[in-house]
Parts: sequence; structure tokens; C-alpha cells
Amino acid sequence: MAEQGAVVVVTKSRWLLFVVIACVSAASNGAVLPQDRSDAMYHSYSGDGVTIDGPSVLLRKKVGNNVSVSANYYVDTISGASIDVRAQASEYQEERTETTVGGDFLHNKTLINVSYTNSSENDFEANSYHLGISQDFFGDLTTLSLSYSRGDDEIRRRGDDSFLEEANRQKFGLGLTQVVTKSLIVGVNAENVSDEGYLNNPYRAIRYLDEDSARGFSFTTEVYPTTRVSNAFSINANYYLPYRASIYGNARYYTDTWGIRATNAKVGYIHTIGDEWILDAHVRFYQQDQADFYRDLFTRADEFNIMARDKELSTYSGVSAGVGVTYEWAFSAASYLKKSTLNFEYDYMNFDYDNFRDATDDAPVGEEALFGFSANVIRAYVSVWY
Amino acid sequence: MKMKMRSLATALLILGSLLSSGCVSTIASIQDIEPWVKPYERSNLADPIMSANRNPIALAYVKHVFEAREGARGADGGAGGGCGCN
Repeated sequence: MAEQGAVVVVTKSRWLLFVVIACVSAASNGAVLPQDRSDAMYHSYSGDGVTIDGPSVLLRKKVGNNVSVSANYYVDTISGASIDVRAQASEYQEERTETTVGGDFLHNKTLINVSYTNSSENDFEANSYHLGISQDFFGDLTTLSLSYSRGDDEIRRRGDDSFLEEANRQKFGLGLTQVVTKSLIVGVNAENVSDEGYLNNPYRAIRYLDEDSARGFSFTTEVYPTTRVSNAFSINANYYLPYRASIYGNARYYTDTWGIRATNAKVGYIHTIGDEWILDAHVRFYQQDQADFYRDLFTRADEFNIMARDKELSTYSGVSAGVGVTYEWAFSAASYLKKSTLNFEYDYMNFDYDNFRDATDDAPVGEEALFGFSANVIRAYVSVWY
Repeated sequence: MKMKMRSLATALLILGSLLSSGCVSTIASIQDIEPWVKPYERSNLADPIMSANRNPIALAYVKHVFEAREGARGADGGAGGGCGCN
């Protein structure tokens, strides 16, 4: 029996979203809550003179037949000095903690997800709220997902007690997953993100020519636009091979109002050995064109109204390759625990910048070596289902 | 306030159109479509190795690592599911 439901987004320009939700909610069919599980992970990123590591713990449990609640606690301990810090200041150490609590609700076989996330550092505080709705239809062969998130940031700067800025962002997401055959799933996603407020990193600076400086250049604070709107579109596919293995891939196209265009693609292969071992190998490519207001070297401190030298806004490409291994075992039928896995994943990443130069290089101004770096990324975790 | 009332009126108009026009009948016909992959044919799809989100804690971390080092953002989460099976 079809159920009528609607989420009214009372914004004139978003009436199409309303139409889609109304239609989807009407075509009710199967949906399932996430499985009860707990994960405890150690993560580590090491590259460009910086080490970031820490734990992440996830707990998820059903409450009755229609509700599942979850909580995630995550810590980044950051130490070292990246190229931005090495060129301007001394190394530092800080910590970021992120806490997420969420709930999934199954109502008339529509799955609704809500969550709240707080991210806290000594100079940054962010709160975000998420609402997602997904629905299976066409005999559970198609899943349509819609999401909305809102985030509010407070930005401070170490050593400057009077510095306080704010930013907020909204995200609208739309996803469609389609079972194509008994061995192939294909998904498409689109997401619009809007930011408003102070969007700089307060520690990053532009570099400009300065004859009075011994190095021939100096640094001064970046000036960013106060708005940013981006759109991203992606497609992904998973294909099951005849001998319990799978290949998967995804690709994304991205564009925003700052002039950045980016594409990335990933392919991977999963192989199993017996019922216990799952092996994964993958490679990912990324490329982007610079923001309109990016320069590696400005001719003077006030050359333009908007100026940035953030290397993530430059033209560059990246490649990463990784492997993962999972060992799985099942508990006895009488046990409260159902199964458990031990997991280890490693990725090697490399980024090469086309117009971001290493300002620490001993070379004439503007002729320094182009910057590049590699990083090692590790995830080691245990998962338990109950 | 005037804008909100106008938006609400637009939303109600669309809802009315959906209920009174072909949307309901279209939904009914959509539900009549026979699934070409039967429930008993979905064991491959239900295998964890077919799920992009089989390890959500690690997936979220990797997403965070790339977001911090790349200009692009968004549309990198799977819609999930698709076969209604856990």
C-alpha cells in the first residue's frame, strides 16, 4: 500500500526537491536499518613533515525494530610542520576531537537518518546537523537518497585573543543507487555545497615580491571571498565476479564559483580467500585546476582585492594506491556476538603541484622548485557485529 | 513573511497537483514493475564485498583525508543499499 509522505522545503527555488521527496515517499517499499556493530580504529597520516594520528570509535545499536542509534568519537593529534608552516613559522602541536551522535529511523519502510557532529580544536569549533532520507523502490532494486546538512564554524587564531570569525555552510545531496543485474550495482550522486563567512585558513598567507626582504619576498594574510558554492557529480559501480571477488570504481566531476574544476577516479579489486580473508587493492587519481584568485607569487601585498596562496587552491594532481586486508571470523550461534573482523589498510599518496613553489628552496624568487610531497596513510581497526 | 507564504502556497500547489493529477497513478504503475533481479537472486549483491560502505569508520576517515588535501568536495558518499539486504 502506497504511503503518502512529504518533507516540505519551503524555499521557492527548491520546489523540485520537494516534488522528488513527495514522489519517493509515496512509492514505499523495503529498507533496512544498519547492522549493530562496534569499531575501534587507530589511524595515522604521515607526510609533508606532518604526522596526524589518533583513535576513532564507533558504536551502533538497534533500539526496538525501527530505531538504530550510533555514536562516533574521533581524535586527530597533529604534530610537525607542513610546507606552509616551514616557510613562515615554527612547528606546532594540536589536537582535534570530533564527536557524532546519530539515529536511523525506519518509518513505513522509509529510512531517515539524523546526526549531530561537534568538532573542536583550541582555535576552531564546528557544529553540524545532518538529515538524510532514503527509500528503496522498484522491488528494492533502486534506492533514492536525499540529504541536507548545515554547519556553523567559529574560527579563532592562536596568539590573537581578539580574533573571532564565523562561517556557515549548507549541503544538499541527491543519490540514486540501481541494481542493474544480480552482479552489478551502479550509483550516481550529486551534491551542492554553499559556504558563507570567513573561509580562509587564518594561518596561511600569500607571498609577494618585497625588495626590502632578504629573501626577496614577504608574506601577508590571504584575502578570500566570503561565499563559495560548489557542485559535484559522481558515478560509482560494483561488479561481482564469479569466484567471490569484485571490482569497483568511481569517478567525480567538481566545479565551484571560485573557478576550481576537478576530476578524480578510482578503481579497485577485492579478492577473497576462503570465508576468512578479504583482500583489497585500489588506485585513485585526482586533478584540479586552480581558483581564479590563486597565485604563487603576487607582485605586491595589495595587488588584488581577493588573493590566496593556499596550495589546495592551486593547479595540481595526485595519485594514491593502497591495499587492505581483512580477517573475519564468526562466533557460535549461541554467542551474543555474531562475527568480528581485524582490518589493516595502507595507502601511499603523492601530490605534485604545477604552480605552487617551495618557498624554502634556495633559488631566485619565483624560480624555486615546484612543490610536491608524498604521504603514508594507515587504518588499523577491529570490528564486532552483535 | 510574504516570501514564506508564497513559498508555502507553491509547495501546497505542487502537493495538490501530485495528488490530483497523474503522479499517484504513475507511482502505482511504478510499483507494478516486476523486479528483474528476484530477491532470491541477490546473494551476490548482499555480500559485504559489494558494499562501498562496508567499513564506515575507515571510509569516513579516508574521505576526511582527501577533503583536507584536495580542493574538491561533495558527492563522494554512496547512496547505499539497493538490494534491501543486510
